[in-house]
Amino acid sequence: MASNIHVAPRGVSDAGTLFAIRSGEITQAPTRAQSLLDSAFRKLSFLFACCTILLVTFIVLRITLSALPAMRHEGLSFLTGRVWDANSSQHGIAGEIWGTLYTSILALVIGTAFGLAAAIFLSEGYMGQAIFSILRSFNLHLHPFWCRVPDKVEDLLKQLIELLAAIPSVVYGLWGLFVVIPMIRPACNWLHLKLGWLALFSTELSGPGVLPAVIVLAIMILPTITAISRDALASVPSKLRMAAYGLGATRWEAIIGVILPAASRGIFGGMVLAFGRALGETMALAMLVGNSNQISVSLFSPANTLSALLANNFPEAGPKEVGILMYAALVLLAITLIVNIVGALVLERASRNAVE
Amino acid sequence: MKIRFWTTAVIFALLIVSSSCNSKSAAPSDSVKLQGAGASFPAPLYNKWFKSYGENHPDVQVDYQSVGSGGGKKSVIDKTVDFGASDAAMTDEEMARVQGGVQLLPMTAGAIVIAYNIDGVSNLNLSRKGYSGIFLGKIKRWNDPEITAANPGTKLPDLPINVVVRADGSGTSFVFSKHLSAISEDFNKTVGTNTMPNWPVGTKSKGNEGVTASLKTTPGSIGYVEYGYAHSQKLSTATLENKSGKYIAASTTSGQAALASATLPDSLIAWAPDPTAADAYPIVTYTWLICYRKYPDPKKLAALRELLNYGLTDGQKDSEALGYIPLPPNVSSKALAAVQTITN
Repeated sequence: MASNIHVAPRGVSDAGTLFAIRSGEITQAPTRAQSLLDSAFRKLSFLFACCTILLVTFIVLRITLSALPAMRHEGLSFLTGRVWDANSSQHGIAGEIWGTLYTSILALVIGTAFGLAAAIFLSEGYMGQAIFSILRSFNLHLHPFWCRVPDKVEDLLKQLIELLAAIPSVVYGLWGLFVVIPMIRPACNWLHLKLGWLALFSTELSGPGVLPAVIVLAIMILPTITAISRDALASVPSKLRMAAYGLGATRWEAIIGVILPAASRGIFGGMVLAFGRALGETMALAMLVGNSNQISVSLFSPANTLSALLANNFPEAGPKEVGILMYAALVLLAITLIVNIVGALVLERASRNAVE
Repeated sequence: MKIRFWTTAVIFALLIVSSSCNSKSAAPSDSVKLQGAGASFPAPLYNKWFKSYGENHPDVQVDYQSVGSGGGKKSVIDKTVDFGASDAAMTDEEMARVQGGVQLLPMTAGAIVIAYNIDGVSNLNLSRKGYSGIFLGKIKRWNDPEITAANPGTKLPDLPINVVVRADGSGTSFVFSKHLSAISEDFNKTVGTNTMPNWPVGTKSKGNEGVTASLKTTPGSIGYVEYGYAHSQKLSTATLENKSGKYIAASTTSGQAALASATLPDSLIAWAPDPTAADAYPIVTYTWLICYRKYPDPKKLAALRELLNYGLTDGQKDSEALGYIPLPPNVSSKALAAVQTITN
């Protein structure tokens, strides 16, 4: 997926260096050892590439095999049932499927809004311009050190956002528990009190629930969206930008009408990746989502997700429950796969349109 | 080109050398390695034992992975470990699945406390009807008559009760739901005993740390955690009514009194879901180490026996400081006798 997204601005210029003769070296036919090494390397790479495919097939096969008895036993009612009670051996994951999709979609909406805004801010020179105007007011804009500051700050901000991706999931979870939930509680309870008639705010936030999970999830997928969107925006040919301004477009019109559509393929790719990450995110969600099998539109009610269900149940699962959990894992795998396939199809469509 | 070739050659050579080194260091030596896995509840105590035992016996290495009671039992059945550990003991059916049989040994015991967070209430009494009703979702507010009647002189707020339960399967939930099933027919019928009961009420938090976080950050909440955990996190814990109608706080003495009321059969598996003694704290449990009946390797057998003896004698002194209940002398002597029956 990632290879589709980076629109590489490099090109033919590499060819020159590729065939250039290095000074001090005499060209000669490859020795036997070199050609052996070459073919060995090629075979090794091929082997490793095959291993990846084999591994994925093996994982899917293994999960399916362990899930088979449960699939036969539970059937399709597994997907529609809402109760998970080991004592009465009732197992249904409708609540988890709903929770997985609901939290991921909400997080994607929030994450895209903020991530795209940050990407535009970083790639369209807003930052640089602001700092430049400050520098000019101090008459430092031509100073050999200070004139580099705008670029450096932009770079630093980019690194900082990417640093968000390096924070472990558990830390996000704990941060959500101890910081986010107490912080948003007064606002949530006020919303519930005043706007409780809206389905979105129909319950009180008691602790873990959909909203804290969504907020933390949105922050977790922010670096993916920002980094990829920024790359896509930066690789929009400057000719396009110039042409838009040349036609008299304002900055806004240029961004919304020309630059964003030109970069849409990369941005969309970033969204698909981020959505995949949100669907599979486990630890932070298991800690924040409330783990209760409810299907509710309310942002403040606890919910459950498939990955949290798996994480919570596996340690104590008996042999029969393992099969049922494997079935749930298979469903999660299917959802992720569908999202990726649909994403790839839309991407392909979009790029075909762009070429035309 | 040449340089690249030589770098590649050197890297390959290094790889080969390092891999042969690895195989050398993995070769068998005189030391014995015992691999264990299971319950997370006794893990801090076990790790302390294994560490201090290892310091005196450098030739024995003990590894314990706290993967949960279910995982421990599974590993024992699959024979991937030398010993397991479980808070929920083992059912007869599970024991039958282990070739050659198993011996369960109670190693320590613990109490489960009900912790709460109400501003300005430092002492809370909960009657049997009171706390079973709370966890059934029948008592919904802190100023419910069932609660206020047990707390004369304490002003309880008109606040909804936020019940916090464990989301992940755990021995703690198993013991707590077993106790609730024993004291409330209603709970027994609608929820029952399980490592992951289908609680009719409450938000679910992952692990003791998740429950503690929810308790600490949400005013008006109540939940159950292990005694040691509540103690170290300085949670306010409720005083509970026991079978004889007395209100008892969790402590080593009240826990031991509860354990004494359960007689230990030959299988060494006994529960005290509702202890009868007058000064017993109502929710206590043993936790078990699961050994095979036979260890073909004499070195392993000797090391394991010595380790178990250490835990059941000197090791008991560590338990109170870590928030566990030391085994009553008659229980540890029974367990010590059982250690001798493990043979090769």
